[in-house]
Amino acid sequence: MRNRTLLIAALAALATAGVVTGCATAPSDAETSAKAAAMLKASFKPRGQAGFDRLDQDETQKLCSEYAGKSVPKDVAARIEKSNLETVKWPADGKLLGDWKAGEKIAQEGRGMQYSDDPKLPAGANCYACHQLSPNELSYGTIGPSLYQFGKSRGYTDDVRKYAYGKVYDAEGYNACTNMPRFGTKGILTEQQIKDIVALLMDPESPVNK
Amino acid sequence: MSHANPVVRTAAIVAALCAPLAFGQGGTVDEIAKYRAALQDGNPAELWEARGEGLWKQPRGPKSATLEKCDLGRGPGVVKGAYAELPRYFADAGRVMDLETRLVWCMVTLQGYSEADATKGPFGGPDHKSDMEALVAYIASESRGVPMNVSLANPKEQEAYRLGEKMFYFRGGTHDFACATCHSDEGKRIRLQDLPNLASVEGARKAYTTWPAYRVSQGELRSFQWRLNDCFRQQRFPELVFTSDASIALTMFLARNANGAPFAAPAIKR
Repeated sequence: MRNRTLLIAALAALATAGVVTGCATAPSDAETSAKAAAMLKASFKPRGQAGFDRLDQDETQKLCSEYAGKSVPKDVAARIEKSNLETVKWPADGKLLGDWKAGEKIAQEGRGMQYSDDPKLPAGANCYACHQLSPNELSYGTIGPSLYQFGKSRGYTDDVRKYAYGKVYDAEGYNACTNMPRFGTKGILTEQQIKDIVALLMDPESPVNK
Repeated sequence: MSHANPVVRTAAIVAALCAPLAFGQGGTVDEIAKYRAALQDGNPAELWEARGEGLWKQPRGPKSATLEKCDLGRGPGVVKGAYAELPRYFADAGRVMDLETRLVWCMVTLQGYSEADATKGPFGGPDHKSDMEALVAYIASESRGVPMNVSLANPKEQEAYRLGEKMFYFRGGTHDFACATCHSDEGKRIRLQDLPNLASVEGARKAYTTWPAYRVSQGELRSFQWRLNDCFRQQRFPELVFTSDASIALTMFLARNANGAPFAAPAIKR
């Protein structure tokens, strides 16, 4: 009885410490999560630009990890999308389209943010790792949908431009627990780089729309 | 060592790789499949296997002892089939170990190496060959054809499996990546590289049983510890510590999911 009280107290402490989110998880799962968190810190070492802070999950990462590949309940998804959408910083000059040629280079570039990368160089977005874009590039991945003819098929409107900018800036704002990184919110790309990618998707002259 | 002359075979493979590939929209994936099939004909991993067998039998370390009394789980000195049952719980160490962790243990207890010396240079590079990867190649090769049979009988093994599963779904870093981001869907590619669905039994079997592997693009034999280390680099995580608990737990999760499939490594990959 006394042991049980102690266990409950310990779990409650973990939950308050933010190690475990939500009270709905079974104690065994909560214990595993707490152990995993402790194990993590002892199993990695900071290297180059990749410090221990990379292991500190924000609320979105925590929630998406918890559902472990299963679909997230609607209310949780709505919460994730709302809080992420609020982080999108829209360009002060109101312009959403940059240069599609610069965008193509950023879409091709896979380096950035790895401990093996030079932190002084701008990071790439590596769009082609997961998406088809320009028909000239045959080496594209399929984790995300094809974006070929993105603007042409959706229409070159302000709404679609805004959607493209917001989605690249913070994809979690539109689709909770998506596989796509949050390039703006997480500081991977600059505002100008995101504009250039929006141009790659939305400029009628871009090969994506040919 | 089924082939008589690994050096000649290696040369043939290198020549084959230098031949241009015909790329076309529809045929790209087919061509790559052909290229992969051609690679299977000979495998330079044999060079690592032979060197590893030598290292296993060679008196080394402050105690000038061989590893031939090392217990990989099937009794002292038994190498045959050992890799297909790892990771496992070792009572003498009181913890779950994968092959590399167990080899470090044996190097310390039998050969008298310090922990630091035993874990030095776990992965080979252009200027040095890794003894650890050679030992791994040899021991893994002695499980070829043996069905994967990783036990969860011990509570510590069960715990390692659960922790490994948590790790698999743990999202973090600048890019929100988890193992699951790239490895929990069927039939996906990154660029042109096929991604195994490690959340499925079939996918885990196919992937896990083909590591360690000779990586043609690197000219190195790569262990499973290396595979995990480099995945986390690409995940934008800090560096995974060699033989860390997280690496063992993840290996346990994937190895156990591969149970039943005949082990087929060292393999050869692009």
